[in-house]
Amino acid sequence: MYVAVKGGEEAIANAHKLLAEKRRGDRSVPELEISQIKEQLGLSVDRVMTEGSLYDSELAAIAIKQAQGDLVEAIFLLRAYRTTLPRFGFSEPIETATMEIQRRISSSFKDIPGGQVLGPTYDYTHRLIDFALGIPENKNPGTCRGESAAEAIQNDMPRVADLLAAEGLLDNEAADDKNRSVADLTRDPLELPAGRDVRLQNLARGDEGFMLSLAYSLLRGFGSSGHPFLGEIRFGEVAVEFVPEELRFPIEIGEIPVTECIMFNRFMGSADIPPRFIKGYGLTFGHCERKAMAMALVDYALRSRELGEKFEYPAQDEEFVLFHSDNVQASGFVEHLKLPHYVDFQADLVLMRSRQAEFKNDSRDNKGIEDGEAI
Amino acid sequence: MEKQFNRQSQTKSGRSCGMEGYNFAYLDEQTKRMIRRTILKAVAIPGHQVPFGSREMPLPYGWGTGGMQITASLIGSEDILKVIDQGADDTTNAVSIRRFFSRTAGVLTTTKTIEATIIQTRHRIPETHLTNDQIIVYQVPIPEPLRFIEPRAKEVSRMHALREYGIMFVKLYEDISRHGRIAKAFDYPVLVNDRYVMSPSPIPKFDNPKMDRMPALQLFGAGREKRIYAVPPYTKVKSLDFDDYPFEVERWPQCCALCGSNNSYLDEIILDDKGSKMFVCSDTNHCNERVIKGHKGNQKEPVEEAQNSTMTGARKCA
Repeated sequence: MYVAVKGGEEAIANAHKLLAEKRRGDRSVPELEISQIKEQLGLSVDRVMTEGSLYDSELAAIAIKQAQGDLVEAIFLLRAYRTTLPRFGFSEPIETATMEIQRRISSSFKDIPGGQVLGPTYDYTHRLIDFALGIPENKNPGTCRGESAAEAIQNDMPRVADLLAAEGLLDNEAADDKNRSVADLTRDPLELPAGRDVRLQNLARGDEGFMLSLAYSLLRGFGSSGHPFLGEIRFGEVAVEFVPEELRFPIEIGEIPVTECIMFNRFMGSADIPPRFIKGYGLTFGHCERKAMAMALVDYALRSRELGEKFEYPAQDEEFVLFHSDNVQASGFVEHLKLPHYVDFQADLVLMRSRQAEFKNDSRDNKGIEDGEAI
Repeated sequence: MEKQFNRQSQTKSGRSCGMEGYNFAYLDEQTKRMIRRTILKAVAIPGHQVPFGSREMPLPYGWGTGGMQITASLIGSEDILKVIDQGADDTTNAVSIRRFFSRTAGVLTTTKTIEATIIQTRHRIPETHLTNDQIIVYQVPIPEPLRFIEPRAKEVSRMHALREYGIMFVKLYEDISRHGRIAKAFDYPVLVNDRYVMSPSPIPKFDNPKMDRMPALQLFGAGREKRIYAVPPYTKVKSLDFDDYPFEVERWPQCCALCGSNNSYLDEIILDDKGSKMFVCSDTNHCNERVIKGHKGNQKEPVEEAQNSTMTGARKCA
């Protein structure tokens, strides 16, 4: 005897209990502290803040813990919280030229004013598993876990791009539209063609993996006209300023670490624009170099149309890139296939059964006729 | 219409009756106002997709965030909410969304179609006729009926603007020439008010005729795609077809095994691995009501005890 499936509510509650248990893991192992995640899984926290579009390392760390380390899920948690927050306004543009530099390199010049600063980087590490890290420090004091380094190395390192722009060899789009209002994708739907502000916001919030693959496709020839150059990548703290309505002058409300990347792309010129290098721009919260670089490459690719270049590849296609970059949207929609679909499937079953019956009838009628399609 | 929209003012006083730390029905009032304005525009242009500033909801995109935002912006403390998925009140996602609104708005919920003032649905329209003091909110994954023919948003918005639906009819014609019929079993496109081609959401085409001149207000929310559209009460909704290939709905040779209904949409239940199966109503409330009234299907043993009163929860604000 068949009884309709009931008890969804209880099943869901039980599933959530199981999940909480699974998240906690073996209780003989000490529970993760939020400060441990913040301090020791900092790059995860940075990615979650960047794609979650919310600078709050404490919340990001809680989200990572709540999501058992699933970063896309943690990003979703942060986004769903962010959307409920009231808006006070927009900050002043951050000034990355006065960043308290922790790392800064340019691969376009051998030496640059202020110098190349490697800072904390995985570049040039040999990717050999450090078995010593398997044993906590207090039980293994002999291993070198890094010296304490001075935080900031130098302020006021001029941006390499500004030096090139002064020579007229680089487009300089920044200064002229400081007073223009900035679009906000989280309040207004994406409409095409999108302005560069919308595109950059979309790319900054976009999935690192998606951005990386698009950038890779460009470098492999699916869209890039020439070899791009890393003008500069820099990481460090910048001041955030805000103009309260009642004060009418900017006050500093805090400092945040950001990664900024500027790529130089060779542009051979058009009827209106002289030959020069054109910038691709990437910016993230915290330390997300891979993302910032990929973003800068895709940003330039998305400018193909306005620059009058040929555009025929996915990474140059605004609609393709902007509508598919968001991992909260993408994972939600892909995973919605887990929801029941039996009504639609039933509709398709009815259709397919009758099509199959017709097919069998047809092929019986056409027996003997070689490769004759039933009409 | 007026009656339906008047309810909204009640949400203002509803601040304290939802969940601690969140506004009544989760969304803040500015967002609700933005959504209600979008709904008004959508009602004014039947079948036209209106972009809106869709928010991240605490449920994933693709799981009903558009419908939830519409419901959240319309629901007042006096409302009685019904949520169905695949026609059933007890599917996991329906349970989850119903629970969301019990928690965040503290409203009464019901499984009875006739008791509900707002019905949020995924993939079905209830078998029970809806009335003009009800609102049905559809969850929509892909609002654009032309998407799978032309994926470019810019292109299709031009086609809608110019009422240039040739490619849709060509697609339907190609179906007929290749398969002898229109090979669309759900999300079957409709023409609304003789103007806009619209996706009815992935309801089986069986449900399409119910949309035509329905007394209830029909609202469609696509959260991920950031679109809202509407069919006002008593509006003409025509399923696309050709004179010589008229629109038809699915029929089953079987009746519902539980209530014996021969005119409702049936789900197929696989009973074992030897091919035996049975068919039961997809609309669980419809089936239940019929069983209470004494209708029987061919299943011999009695169906589990049907309940008469189905309202649950307690209103947190009187």
